[in-house]
Amino acid sequence: MSDRSLLEIDNVQTSFRVGDSYYAAVDGVSLNVERNEVLAIVGESGSGKSALAFSIMGLHNSHKTKIEGSIRLNGKDVNHLSTSELNKVRGKDMGMIFQEPLTALNPLKTIKDQITEALDLHTNFSAKQQNERALHLLNEVGIPRADKVMNQYPHELSGGMRQRVVIAIAISCDPSLLIADEPTTALDATIQSQILDLLNELKEEKDSGIILITHDLGVVAEMADRVAVMYAGQVVELADVMSLFKQPKHPYTRSLLSSVPSTQDEKDMLHVIQGVVPSLPKMPRTGCRFKARIPWMADDTHEENPELREVADGHYVRCTCYKHFYFPEEEAEKDVAAHRE
Amino acid sequence: MWKFIVRRIIIMFPQLVLLSMIVFILAQLMPGDVTSSLAMDPNVSPEQQEQIREDLGLNEPWHTQYLNWVGSVVQGDFGHSFTHSVPVSDLIWHRMVNSIWLGVAALIFVYMLALPLGLISGRWNDTIADRLITGYTYIGFAAPLFIFALVMLFIFGFQLGWFPTGGSVDPGLTGWDFFTSKVYHLLLPALSLALIGTVTTVQYLRSEVIETKQKEFISTARAKGVPEPKVYTNHIFRNSLLPIAAVFGYEVTTLIGGSIFVEQIFSYPGMGQLFLESIQVRDFPVVTAIVMLFGVAAILGALLSDIIMSIVDPRIRIK
Amino acid sequence: MSLLTVNNLKVHYPIRGGILRRKIDVVRAVDGITMELERGETYGLVGESGSGKSTSGRAIIGLESPTAGEVTFEGQKLNQLKRQDRREYYKDIQMVFQDPYSSLNPKKRVNDIIAEPIRNFEKRTKDDERRRIQELLELVGLSPESMHKYPHEFSGGQKQRLGVARALALQPKLIIADEPVSALDVSVQAQVLNFMKEIQRELDLTYIFISHDLGVVRHMCNRIGIMYNGRFVEEGSAEDVYDNPQHIYTKRLVAAIPDIDPANRKHQTDFRREVKKEYDNKKAEFFDEHGGVFDLKQVSSTHYAALP
Ligand SMILES: Nc1ncnc2c1ncn2[C@@H]1O[C@H](COP(=O)(O)OP(=O)(O)OP(=O)(O)O)[C@@H](O)[C@H]1O
Ligand SMILES: Nc1ncnc2c1ncn2[C@@H]1O[C@H](COP(=O)(O)OP(=O)(O)OP(=O)(O)O)[C@@H](O)[C@H]1O
Ligand code: SF4
Ligand SMILES: [Mg+2]
Ligand SMILES: [Mg+2]
Repeated sequence: MSDRSLLEIDNVQTSFRVGDSYYAAVDGVSLNVERNEVLAIVGESGSGKSALAFSIMGLHNSHKTKIEGSIRLNGKDVNHLSTSELNKVRGKDMGMIFQEPLTALNPLKTIKDQITEALDLHTNFSAKQQNERALHLLNEVGIPRADKVMNQYPHELSGGMRQRVVIAIAISCDPSLLIADEPTTALDATIQSQILDLLNELKEEKDSGIILITHDLGVVAEMADRVAVMYAGQVVELADVMSLFKQPKHPYTRSLLSSVPSTQDEKDMLHVIQGVVPSLPKMPRTGCRFKARIPWMADDTHEENPELREVADGHYVRCTCYKHFYFPEEEAEKDVAAHRE
Repeated sequence: MWKFIVRRIIIMFPQLVLLSMIVFILAQLMPGDVTSSLAMDPNVSPEQQEQIREDLGLNEPWHTQYLNWVGSVVQGDFGHSFTHSVPVSDLIWHRMVNSIWLGVAALIFVYMLALPLGLISGRWNDTIADRLITGYTYIGFAAPLFIFALVMLFIFGFQLGWFPTGGSVDPGLTGWDFFTSKVYHLLLPALSLALIGTVTTVQYLRSEVIETKQKEFISTARAKGVPEPKVYTNHIFRNSLLPIAAVFGYEVTTLIGGSIFVEQIFSYPGMGQLFLESIQVRDFPVVTAIVMLFGVAAILGALLSDIIMSIVDPRIRIK
Repeated sequence: MSLLTVNNLKVHYPIRGGILRRKIDVVRAVDGITMELERGETYGLVGESGSGKSTSGRAIIGLESPTAGEVTFEGQKLNQLKRQDRREYYKDIQMVFQDPYSSLNPKKRVNDIIAEPIRNFEKRTKDDERRRIQELLELVGLSPESMHKYPHEFSGGQKQRLGVARALALQPKLIIADEPVSALDVSVQAQVLNFMKEIQRELDLTYIFISHDLGVVRHMCNRIGIMYNGRFVEEGSAEDVYDNPQHIYTKRLVAAIPDIDPANRKHQTDFRREVKKEYDNKKAEFFDEHGGVFDLKQVSSTHYAALP
């Protein structure tokens, strides 16, 4: 364990109770985040990204969820803390930005009250200082007319403004670990880049670490130091950002990269991954979980039980047969090319 | 908000007009009028009777009659009781005060019971406490009020003798003693009413708390490190109370309905009791007056619940 | 004749404060926008968050009553129509909402969700209604059996398709899609976008497409309007706006588009810093003395910008 290490997640398994049995939504994930590092987590909807984030924050309903494995923040196992001990850590040492800006704020409280609540718990600011800090935070996340917004209610703000309030709450006590679940999806590009700059600044100033969960691969390319790609509860690829974008290995990562519409190219239709992520109870628990989504690959090209292996320095892939992988379109092109020759 | 309240009050007027029309039509449909009692009197000739009808405006077209009627009702004049030969308003006034006492006491009990029970069973749902409370609400739903009230009267009134079995106050008391005696007489009927009446609100509150618990903003609060008791007091409860304000009006209506039986059973001299008595002796002016007053009370209950909502919920704006 | 014309549309909200919650100020959510849409085109609405994109959309379909201005659809002015005709008009314009999770009532089955607009506007027999629902589900690529399922049994992309199916139920001519793919992951997003393009061709639909993702907007839209503070700062074809932005805000917005290549990170940061500097220096030139946006001026045959 290096002394730069901030968060160490070891073999975490988060299972939800569905009916009478438990099903793992996060299935043996091991990751670590260093200080001053941004670890991005990408993956299809339903792949367990939020479930993992909630596990770290201890936000799952304990009656319906089992979390196994260890989650250590600054060396302290937060997975086994009592709620009251956890509350000293949450909001102060780790903060979270939630995915759903429209519902993440209490509809009956003013913006000011919702920001100062965290300050009240973790600082010994006077009421006046709390107000000043709240106003400062709102300005920092780029909310126009911040002084007016302080006294407004969530329903009076646009989606993007609400999202920025949620961000202001999460960073209000300068947490050393910030989990940002889709922090900028509701924001326009200018504000997005402003928020990302702000998160970067915060990270550098406070030497904190960020887990950035997002669907936007552009944001990943611009922000992340390392990227973990999740599929069906597992990490299928983990690499530094450059390798991941330049030499993606896993078929899922490659499919993902080819689905992005860009401002440059002019293709009319986008790449779509066939099929859907299986629901929790229907998830195959043995063998490769992605197999069903690439039906054109012959059965004998898959391996039995792919493990996460290091294929280059710091580049891990849960797959050995990726070398044979191709897209049907490519194959068609190859055929055409071969025909011409 | 003021604008909302003012508008809400304006909306109340058509409701009142509608109510008054229904009551008026009801009154017209009921057999007999003021002159019917005169008809029995051998000293009054049919011509005189007709003269009186004319003087009272009973031969006018219906809309004039309606307007006259509304005019007098607004001034508190509901006509004469057939059986007691006194103005209905005199007869009702005293009873109404008693009924308001009972209603307010019952309402206080309803919420004294519903708030803790609903919040407990919502917060710790599927625990023993919740099962017990839910069990109680099922009994409350199933048990008919008048049987329950009879049982209460029998056990606590007659068997144990803890509470008086009739009346609204002991005679000849003044000041503080008068007040305590009143409350003492109220307790048993109000409790009987509340124990049954509260179950809807308990159930409502429970499901509301359970629903609010799962809202995303609760996660936001927890992620801030808000201690669990405060998560409940500051975030969940206030948001769950909102719909309770919405059913307040409904609660008032149920209590009015219930009070009719309860007053009868406990021989409590309120409007409900008077209502049943008057129906039995076909004292229609009294019946219509009481229906009118009950209706007004229900409309006021709904008004009050909307006003409470507009105070608690910043999102309410009238469209 | 253009399908939709919006003329100087304004929507203002009061802000209330104090114990009495009196009106202390107004938010000019939409403050005079003008636009024109031809049949079959896709008009992109982008811009600052809070700049009034959703409010504009809501005002156009009549969910919000405009403070001023007029909306003309197929030559008919909305605010002059009689009630009955206005219903007809709302039938032709439908909205797809941002959030596939909360815009579908979780307690209703799919057939009731989709049938809702049909029941509101058309009288159909039970059989006829069922046929129509099946048709719609097929159109959005879902199996007809899914009509008996509940929304939570669908994935995000499928839910968004349900939202589209509901919007299509009355054969609208115009669909206002408010961030229809923001909540979806890239693969599902690709699926929904492909699908929207397909049905557009098939049914000759016109879209107003509200989004923050400028990549998606470029992929989808013929014409793009950039909003800032309730007004348009620029309007033009994708090339006009992306490759030749005239207004300083547009420049900054386009510069802020994340680059999918991590190798360009340093270059992008520097570029943005430059644009930001330019923005701060030139801001005064592009806005009036109260920080307001100027009226649009024609730059080329397709391109308009709010220049002094
Ligand atoms: N409270 C819960 N109870 C049961 N199943 C759940 C619960 N929360 C999540 N799941 C299931 O766990 C899986 C992972 O969900 P999760 O929310 O972590 O996905 P995600 O990767 O965050 O997706 P998205 O990108 O759409 O946010 C999904 O199959 C989901 O249906
Ligand atoms: N009901 C309301 N009361 C008061 N102000 C409102 C109300 N609804 C919206 N606003 C304000 O109107 C402005 C425009 O909001 P709108 O939702 O249209 O923005 P938007 O462009 O869709 O933003 P986003 O991209 O963040 O969704 C915002 O400043 C918002 O605070
Ligand atoms: S076994 Fe390897 S190649 Fe086959 S689907 Fe799984 S990860 Fe891909
Ligand atoms: Mg998620
Ligand atoms: Mg919006």
